[in-house]
Amino acid sequence: MAKLNALLMLLLFGCALLLVTSEHRAKKLFIDLQRAQSQQRQLEVDWNRLLLEQAHLAKHSRIDPVARRDLKMQPVGPDRTLFVPAPVAGGGR
Amino acid sequence: MAARSVSFSSASALLKTRLPAWRSKVLLGLIALAFLALGARAIYLQAVTTGFLQKQGEQRYKRTIEVPGTRGRILDRHGAVLATSLPARAVWAIPDDVEAPREKLQELARLLQIERRELDRKLAEDKTFVYLRRQLDPDIAAKVAALGIPGIHQLPETKRHYPAGETMSHVVGFTDVQDVGQEGFELSKQQVLAGRPGMRTVIKDRLGRPIEQIGSGREPQNGSDLVLSLDSRIQYAAFSALRDAVAEHRAKAGAVVVLDARSGEVLALSNWPTYNPNVRQGLNGAQLRNRVFTDTFEPGSTLKPFAAAMALEAGKVRPSTMIDTSGGRMTIGSHTISDVKSYGPLSVEQVIQKSSNVGTVRMALQVAPQQMWELYTSLGFGQPPQAGFPGAVAGRVRPYKGWRPIDQATMSYGHGLSVSLIQVARAYTVFARDGDLAPVSMLRAEAPSPGIRVLRPETARAVLAMLEMAAGPEGTAPYARVPGYRVGGKTGTAHKVENGRYVNKYVASFVGLAPISDPRVVIAVMIDEPTPGRHFGGQVAAPVFARVAEEAMRALRLAPDAPFNSIIPPADPVRESL
Repeated sequence: MAKLNALLMLLLFGCALLLVTSEHRAKKLFIDLQRAQSQQRQLEVDWNRLLLEQAHLAKHSRIDPVARRDLKMQPVGPDRTLFVPAPVAGGGR
Repeated sequence: MAARSVSFSSASALLKTRLPAWRSKVLLGLIALAFLALGARAIYLQAVTTGFLQKQGEQRYKRTIEVPGTRGRILDRHGAVLATSLPARAVWAIPDDVEAPREKLQELARLLQIERRELDRKLAEDKTFVYLRRQLDPDIAAKVAALGIPGIHQLPETKRHYPAGETMSHVVGFTDVQDVGQEGFELSKQQVLAGRPGMRTVIKDRLGRPIEQIGSGREPQNGSDLVLSLDSRIQYAAFSALRDAVAEHRAKAGAVVVLDARSGEVLALSNWPTYNPNVRQGLNGAQLRNRVFTDTFEPGSTLKPFAAAMALEAGKVRPSTMIDTSGGRMTIGSHTISDVKSYGPLSVEQVIQKSSNVGTVRMALQVAPQQMWELYTSLGFGQPPQAGFPGAVAGRVRPYKGWRPIDQATMSYGHGLSVSLIQVARAYTVFARDGDLAPVSMLRAEAPSPGIRVLRPETARAVLAMLEMAAGPEGTAPYARVPGYRVGGKTGTAHKVENGRYVNKYVASFVGLAPISDPRVVIAVMIDEPTPGRHFGGQVAAPVFARVAEEAMRALRLAPDAPFNSIIPPADPVRESL
């Protein structure tokens, strides 16, 4: 009887310790998850900022004057363009 | 045990004193009472005030965090960003708490980009919460925080950015600082674009890190992205051509709209004057107005092709039928309709090419008023277009029952009724689609949408040929021509009506299609009050059409359908009749 009690006691202690460690690990993992989520948000923000920057740099109202005035470029007229008929959908390949 | 024993000096007088027995009993009683008090307190805390205490405890470690949902982006048909939200910071102050040396406040004003006096005025206010600056860039906000001035705090918020600026402002619109749409699609699609903030309840540890989530919370929902039908490239061409034309002719205003003839999608829509949605100080109504949808005008000669179509449809004439316009004058009741000069007999094709009022009226009066009204109504005149855009107007076409012959006559050449530019552009899609009227859409359509049959295909093709003639060297719009492509279109020049009378101010317009062999775009141009003297649609609006059409052909990668002869416009092109 006393032996069984001692065994159960040991088991109880073991379980209690396991509970403590797993709770601690859960909290740690939760913190990691939080960090990853905020990193995800930050990356999304960065991605959006870069897209915005790209839009700013690539907008026609910026490129057009630069090309015409600063680089002295001219639009390609249809007379200097070789038009290749688009392959019929489903055909080719 | 002897070592442990303490030997007291028997000489001590204290030990000899006999104390009364009740004293120790009282002491014992007091200690017991103290324990009792402790027990009672424990019961009180554990059983009576538990709820209150637990709540107090939670307040110290439980936090409800609001997770913001971002507003959706607005994109053009190729995915270029037209509007997007980025995090920003609001800087606010508790004026009484602010204490800093002069240089630091000077630096703060510089970082916040406000006047030093303005900052002092705000800090002198008798409030506990004053916004110093909203929607500040996060990088600058970090510098503000680094100044470490007490009483200056920050709040996270978002700022809307519009990279396309004034080029797209009338379609995209803008939001206010609360992220609520105020104009354009930001307003009309507010429900779709707006994100919903999420909520979660967490327990924080002593370092302030969330360590456990309580309950499932509510996930934040980001707004959906909105894909418009606009093509940035054609849009810029329309914007710059319009801007230059308004400047050249010192006009009051102008508008251009480009429709995809196959799908009815709006590829470009530009108004002048315009505004930059990123800088919204001192905006006025004229700048905000989306004239394409909200302004109506008397279209003038741009409606003549419909009169020809009507007469053809009714079987009254054929394209080669001769119509006598001799004298260049015609009297109906007490009114006289006149042309710029006497053309003599003209074929139906030439009536449209030369834009003869007399010829048009002679064709139109062969058709019953009801038929004419039905055609105008089925073309969408007199009803607001269903394009999902706020403030679209219906224009005005009076019911045919009250028409006198002179009313029908003037309406056939576009006077006595009012339409918006988008309505005219849409009506012209019937000539591009073999008599089919396209639905207008401002959002990218995934599949070509079915139209409404208004004219017979033969009629539509016959009028299309007339439109090409009108844009030829013998027509009213030789400046509309585009190298390498066959184009067609009709000019319009109308007197403006002020206080019910026609005045010497004009609206010059042009509506055209390109390329004629298989029309892909309909472009409508309207210039409001060009300088008198050079105010005809063919001089003012047609060159805008040519510039936009040229760029549209390139953007749509269309092969040329005409030889590339260099275009030499005639020295004195045919003038149209007013």
